[in-house]
Amino acid sequence: MTFDLFVLPFFIGLLFMLAVLFIKYSRWIAMMKASDRIKAGMALFSISCQLKTIREIFMESLLHRKMFKRNPLLGYMHMSFAFGWFLLIVMGNLESRIYSGGHINPPYYPIFLKFFIHDKRVLPFEIFTLPGFFRFTMDLLLLYVLSGLVLALFKRTRSKCFGLKQTTNHKRFDRWALTSLWLIFPMRLLAESFTAGIYRGGGFLTNTLGSIFDLMLPLEYLTYPAWWAYSTMLGIFFVTLPWSRFMHIPTEIILIFLRNAGIKQGKYPGSFSEIELRSCPRCGVCIDVCQMNQAGLKGSTAVYFIRSLRDKETNVQLSSNCMMCGRCLEACPVGIDTLGLRVGARSVDNKLVASDFSYLLKKPVVEKTAEVVYFAGCMGHLTPGVIRAMLLIFKNAGIDYTFLDEEGSVCCGRPLKLAGLQESAAKLVKENTTKILDTKAKIIVTSCPICYKVFNSDYKLDEIEVMHHSVYINNLVNDGKLVLRPMDLKAVYHDPCELGRGSGIYDQPRNVLKQIAEVADVTEERVNSLCCGGSIGEISMNATQRNMIRDGALEILCVSQPEILVTACPLCKKTFDSGNAVLVKDIAEIVAESMILVNKDNIGVEMETQKKVEYISG
Amino acid sequence: MIKKVINFGYAVTPDRQIDFDANIHDICKIVAVAEPTLNLCISCGSCAATCSAALFTDFSLRQVILLVRRGETKGLEKEISKCMLCGKCQLVCPRNVSTRNLIIQISKALTTARP
Repeated sequence: MTFDLFVLPFFIGLLFMLAVLFIKYSRWIAMMKASDRIKAGMALFSISCQLKTIREIFMESLLHRKMFKRNPLLGYMHMSFAFGWFLLIVMGNLESRIYSGGHINPPYYPIFLKFFIHDKRVLPFEIFTLPGFFRFTMDLLLLYVLSGLVLALFKRTRSKCFGLKQTTNHKRFDRWALTSLWLIFPMRLLAESFTAGIYRGGGFLTNTLGSIFDLMLPLEYLTYPAWWAYSTMLGIFFVTLPWSRFMHIPTEIILIFLRNAGIKQGKYPGSFSEIELRSCPRCGVCIDVCQMNQAGLKGSTAVYFIRSLRDKETNVQLSSNCMMCGRCLEACPVGIDTLGLRVGARSVDNKLVASDFSYLLKKPVVEKTAEVVYFAGCMGHLTPGVIRAMLLIFKNAGIDYTFLDEEGSVCCGRPLKLAGLQESAAKLVKENTTKILDTKAKIIVTSCPICYKVFNSDYKLDEIEVMHHSVYINNLVNDGKLVLRPMDLKAVYHDPCELGRGSGIYDQPRNVLKQIAEVADVTEERVNSLCCGGSIGEISMNATQRNMIRDGALEILCVSQPEILVTACPLCKKTFDSGNAVLVKDIAEIVAESMILVNKDNIGVEMETQKKVEYISG
Repeated sequence: MIKKVINFGYAVTPDRQIDFDANIHDICKIVAVAEPTLNLCISCGSCAATCSAALFTDFSLRQVILLVRRGETKGLEKEISKCMLCGKCQLVCPRNVSTRNLIIQISKALTTARP
């Protein structure tokens, strides 16, 4: 007999889930841009892409490598569920083939094999025969998954042991789905143990438990209901899956494939973002890393934002509250483009906002051409000290430069882009591009990491090399054009988000700073660096909340009690300055103060300015 | 000549007669709900003084806020569209008005709450 009524909840649930997934996936494929569809189609036939995808699925979706990196216990918990269940399915399938003569079986057959087959030839602890090996392995795998379940239950109350201060607060529907998932494995254990108790055909775990149960329970009445319960739990889990957080299980695989096929999150929400939304397992890793916690805005962290977007809840507050610092992006084990989703949502929220920059056409054309173009940016203009320092450095190193936005700047477009106003941003990008190209320069140096990021990502500047001033100064020092004298200073360096995580520049400013001062380590630096709280990526947060974030960051930065906090972003400088915790300077300013003046003739009047800078900074 | 002497540069709109009853006063309320810091503005003009767009045009956030408060929505949309959202005004604002969101909210209110 290879069928029993109790398999129906499982079987119907499975078919239902597959049907829903098929409909959803076909809809996303239909929604996809034609160019993306071609890319995905090409990738289907590319062996290297397939291998890469399989490898990534194995490492991340099954083994949870990134989770292990975060916390071994957390990694083990996730791995035991994913990898353990995967192996149970694979091994169960192979085991069932022994009894069906190698035929492919209906899907319920391997799952409920122990109900259909009672192989009394196998002894409980026998390992070295084929059926014995499978019986042993299946019990071992079940134990493996159950160990993860114990950890999961433990995590409910002691999440700190798993490296999570806060965990996600799930909706009721997700809790139902989670409960059904959790009950699947104990139910399987009970059903198999009860059967083993009656027929004596289980492995080391189920047979032992079955013998014990047999002593005290009327197993002949309990076995069949236990199989029903097991099947029902599976059924509930499958039926809820497409709408619960466990949708991430099938969708993450698609996401990994599409990512490897070279498809990226577009400027506006589309099928890729739909897939990303459903790939979020709501593990809650992003909650702790988000600094909005300090401002009492836990509800706006990536996990809740993604959930509200997926559930189509219209909550503008959620999309507009975000510093765009990228800490969640760095922490996300699935690699969901949280920032891209946020910008996409903003583009929907703010689609009514119109921009008209036709007035820019009236401005005079740049006359001076030079090798190096300096672009201070809007934020640079709010920190005149940085501009003064940069001009001093240019003159002292004898560089032929031109100051592009001396008379005030046209915004680079990134603030508009981060607000989701892509078309408006494109107008500014176009405007600035012609302006920069007109200078016939080879290098454009900018003081503002925000501009730097967008120059690299959106501007088509042909041969012109884009450099942040920290990189440019580092080059000058390496070339010997700038000689720095060490100052007796204890400093810490703060990585601006757009420069560090955004553009991958960590070492150059540190190299420069190390020649001037003694640089202490900070617990949260480089990829984990904190946001200063002044971000222009944020739209609706008020000043008090921003200050909370700033103070939280300052506290961590000043643990080693440095005499000076050095950063490479005018906005970070300005924000931290208002915190009054420590002396804050831009890397350019400290370089301008410590450099040995070579081209004294060139500098002339500016020397006075430099003395003034030194005087002000004490 | 005399007019130039007594004009300290604080006048944001030329002298004219305003029909207050004809104006749309809801706009100010809608914006203040969406961005409460609108109520903090003291019209000091720091925003207009630092504005990137003001270098190229006569755009002034101080004037915009004034017009919103008076409910004078005519031509406001065109004014708002000049903003580059660079955020300089937000950093210099002594009253910590979230100017960037204010611009977005005014712009939205103008398009959605038309009479």
